[in-house]
Amino acid sequence: MINNGRCAISENMKELSIYIHIPFCIRKCLYCDFLSFPTGGGHTDAMREYADCLCREIRCSAPFFNKYQVLSIFLGGGTPTLLPPGTIASLLAVLRESFHIAEDAEITVEMNPETAAPDKLREYITAGINRLSIGLQSTDDAELERIGRIHDYRTFLRAYELAREAGFRNINVDLMAALPGQDTASYRRTLERVAALAPEHISAYSLMLEEGTPLYEQRERFAFPGEDEDREMYALTKAFLQSRGYRRYEISNYAHPGYECRHNQVYWQRGNYVGFGLGASSMTDNVRWRVPATPEAYRRYVDSLPEPPASSQPPEPLELPEAPESAEASPSQGTFPLSDAGAAEALQPHVLTAEEQMEEYMFLGLRLMRGVDVPAFGRQFGRSVEQVYGGVIDTLCTQGLLERAQDRLRLTDRGIDISNYVMAQFLLA
Amino acid sequence: MASIDQSKIRNFCIVAHIDHGKSTLADRIIEKTGLLTSREMQAQVLDNMELERERGITIKAQTVRIIYNGRDGSEYIFNLIDTPGHVDFNYEVSRALAACDGAILVVDAAQGIEAQTLANVYLALDHDLDVFPVINKIDLPSADPERVKNEIEDVIGIEAQDAPLISAKNGIGIDEVLEAIVEKIPAPGGSPDNPLQALIFDSVYDSYKGVIVFCRIMEGRVAKGTQIKMMATGATAEVVEVGYFGPGQFIPCDELSAGMVGYLTASIKNVKDTAVGDTVTDLNRPCAAPLPGYKKVNSMVYCGMYPADGAKYPDLRDALEKLKLNDASLNYEPETSVALGFGFRCGFLGLLHLEIIQERLEREYNLDLVTTAPGVIYRVHKTDGEMLELTNPSNLPDPASIAYMEEPIVSAEIMVTTEFIGPIMQLCQERRGRYISTEYIEAARALLKYELPLNEIIYDFFDALKSRSRGYASFDYEMKGYEQASLVKLDILINHEEVDALSFIVHADNAYERGRKMCEKLKDEIPRHLFEIPIQAAVGGKIIARETVKAMRKDVLAKCYGGDITRKKKLLEKQKEGKKRMRQIGSVEIPQSAFMSVLKLDDK
Repeated sequence: MINNGRCAISENMKELSIYIHIPFCIRKCLYCDFLSFPTGGGHTDAMREYADCLCREIRCSAPFFNKYQVLSIFLGGGTPTLLPPGTIASLLAVLRESFHIAEDAEITVEMNPETAAPDKLREYITAGINRLSIGLQSTDDAELERIGRIHDYRTFLRAYELAREAGFRNINVDLMAALPGQDTASYRRTLERVAALAPEHISAYSLMLEEGTPLYEQRERFAFPGEDEDREMYALTKAFLQSRGYRRYEISNYAHPGYECRHNQVYWQRGNYVGFGLGASSMTDNVRWRVPATPEAYRRYVDSLPEPPASSQPPEPLELPEAPESAEASPSQGTFPLSDAGAAEALQPHVLTAEEQMEEYMFLGLRLMRGVDVPAFGRQFGRSVEQVYGGVIDTLCTQGLLERAQDRLRLTDRGIDISNYVMAQFLLA
Repeated sequence: MASIDQSKIRNFCIVAHIDHGKSTLADRIIEKTGLLTSREMQAQVLDNMELERERGITIKAQTVRIIYNGRDGSEYIFNLIDTPGHVDFNYEVSRALAACDGAILVVDAAQGIEAQTLANVYLALDHDLDVFPVINKIDLPSADPERVKNEIEDVIGIEAQDAPLISAKNGIGIDEVLEAIVEKIPAPGGSPDNPLQALIFDSVYDSYKGVIVFCRIMEGRVAKGTQIKMMATGATAEVVEVGYFGPGQFIPCDELSAGMVGYLTASIKNVKDTAVGDTVTDLNRPCAAPLPGYKKVNSMVYCGMYPADGAKYPDLRDALEKLKLNDASLNYEPETSVALGFGFRCGFLGLLHLEIIQERLEREYNLDLVTTAPGVIYRVHKTDGEMLELTNPSNLPDPASIAYMEEPIVSAEIMVTTEFIGPIMQLCQERRGRYISTEYIEAARALLKYELPLNEIIYDFFDALKSRSRGYASFDYEMKGYEQASLVKLDILINHEEVDALSFIVHADNAYERGRKMCEKLKDEIPRHLFEIPIQAAVGGKIIARETVKAMRKDVLAKCYGGDITRKKKLLEKQKEGKKRMRQIGSVEIPQSAFMSVLKLDDK
């Protein structure tokens, strides 16, 4: 037993990941449809109030997760690094007070380059944050401007340098392909420049035009790369990054060996995770839920949470959505405290049926390059993959979209290109 | 009841162009005669199908009996027979008119006479009805009753100077109309003592009473127990009930006699036995001859109707059976399509009739339908002398065995303001019309006469007419006959496989253009697949147009943020759901919408 804060970690605890959502940005990027509010810069009362809400939400929810130990924490947004100094450190302090956090837990914070500052970065290191994810997207300033980013390449370089100086040894850089005005040559330049810095991890996504975003509304005004060029960039990402020692472990994620993002993989492997903050999603033991996504409803929800037991006593485990050991989850068990007060825009706890679990197992697992574990499927669900999906798998293999590799089933390169199509085949309804 | 004074009966209808206020006037007449308070009236009592109200048209003839206390102190019985208001139902209109002795002609005080007005008036005059005009909507700012009166006199040649000036909507002038009905419409003739001779002008199916036959007694009398015979269909039955039409209800009475309008029931199971236009007589004391004018109604337009969900085929069959009970002009027979599975080839009086049936199937029977392109009946003359009537393009025999083909032609009358004569003539030309004449009705309006192939007007002609005349043109047509034409079957091949449900017959000169448009349209409708899909149009095995649906190259959901799996799953579900609404043709999945969208090949 290790003593960690006031909570003890025992060996047979279940694993948990924590996501914390910080919905503030200086300005919204033109392609962004995430839940985030532009602040125009500076620290606002809304941020402080929000941080207070988060702390209460974390403290009040923690007793429900007394049987879990936390292996990863991810502070995402928005721009978490926009929060006033000390806020992130205090959030982490509350987490440590309330949860069993493993000593080697991966703790990530997302940062946009323009918010980097030496003291802030040192605060994160001191608070135990050991991974930094920087949103660069492109090293071409004109491309950045077109998608509404407010930093330039120089600002990023400075931020990266500061992060290394502050002591970050695990850094991710986010990149985007298929940006308006981008071509394969400029994208290659971005890849080369970033690879030269040798971050431990690179995420490279294709731009998605989401309805309702300014970029979507004004799409006629922009010259997007054609389909062929888009595919060229896509192929280049893999070939180039592999040549520089990065391994693709997920459709859009590359890492030096040993630096794969633990938190990210939890989603695809259907591990337990709990989300705190506006609109955050959770899944523990085959129950999914989401907290309200409007500030008013979120506040009501947080206010409605029961106070945790006094801190001097070790918390008694509360009634959890009792872990369905097998696939047979019973619908009566969704007991996470989503009260009526917070119900608006929330997803009430939904106990996944055996079918839904199998579907998720497949379509989430296939995002990982190593694919899904076939024998594990059988152990978990009491039916083999062939019994449930035999026909689908045969067809997809024949079409060259899926391949069998020993005990695993994984997407081929062609299957990755059209992974939505492949994944949709695994829906059972 | 037998003592009803025949001289106090008035059997009449109202004729008008659509929107000129026919149904509103009917409502006012019913309201004025005190049958219903205005509160009880749903807007337009006589149009009682939901669909009729929505479209503002009358589909089934409706009839109502009204008691009117005349200024002369006598009590009059008015039988108002409301006729269908669309060219698709011309025959039904003609039979309803034959049941009347007179007609009120409603003309819009601003718009004046329209093509349909003329068609209906001529139809009424053909049936020897006494027609008197009323000028409606006189309270409109643009009303010009004097001009319209002159137009009526000039064009139709009936006296219009003392026509009542009314506003049916606002109840102005209705008393005058009622008095005019007494004065200007003759009392019915006929004698109750002659052998029974009654005209069937409509019938409806009732699940309790069987078929309810709407009839006008021309001669003789009929009562419960009378053994009757339908002279054209030969069906016989014993009368169970006779009665007349209250607003929205049937009111039984003892007897119907010469001059009266009413209904009879006789436990008849099928409206097929009580064809509109047939003559009912007494089986034991038959009349010498049936009434003139009976015609077997033929379908003019055919299309395939398939359930979107193949498992609903029995439901579609049941629904068609039920609709057929009430609609003798609906024809259907089972057919099978490689692309669409099991369904029915259905025949209709016209496109409106088709649309009405389609909507009723969808609304009242909750069916999701896939409809193939509507077509007409072609006559295929084979080299061996045999002639076959083609209702489904897929059944076209081997071209080598065809000597020639004929297509149905209609005589069309288009009423248009002179400024639009040019565009309308051009439209008719494009539709292979044959110009007959132009008659100027007044300085600013003309009646264009054309002969047009029916297959050129069955779908978007009316829309095109409206759009090229900014809504001012009106249109009416009647079947003229068959003419030889250079016709070909246009086939659509998707991924090299012919899709039977997309084939249609087209004039050889238009085949290239239509084929090209079809391919373009289908290219937009068919989603990308794992492979490239050629879409080709072919005539007699020769490819005349081609488009390609490129292979799916990329379909990746990039971010899946903060573990929001629900959103990702919804996206996948949407993709999968879309797939369910697809029809599998070989290895290609075609959305249901593709079969429908090709019906709407833009005019311009």
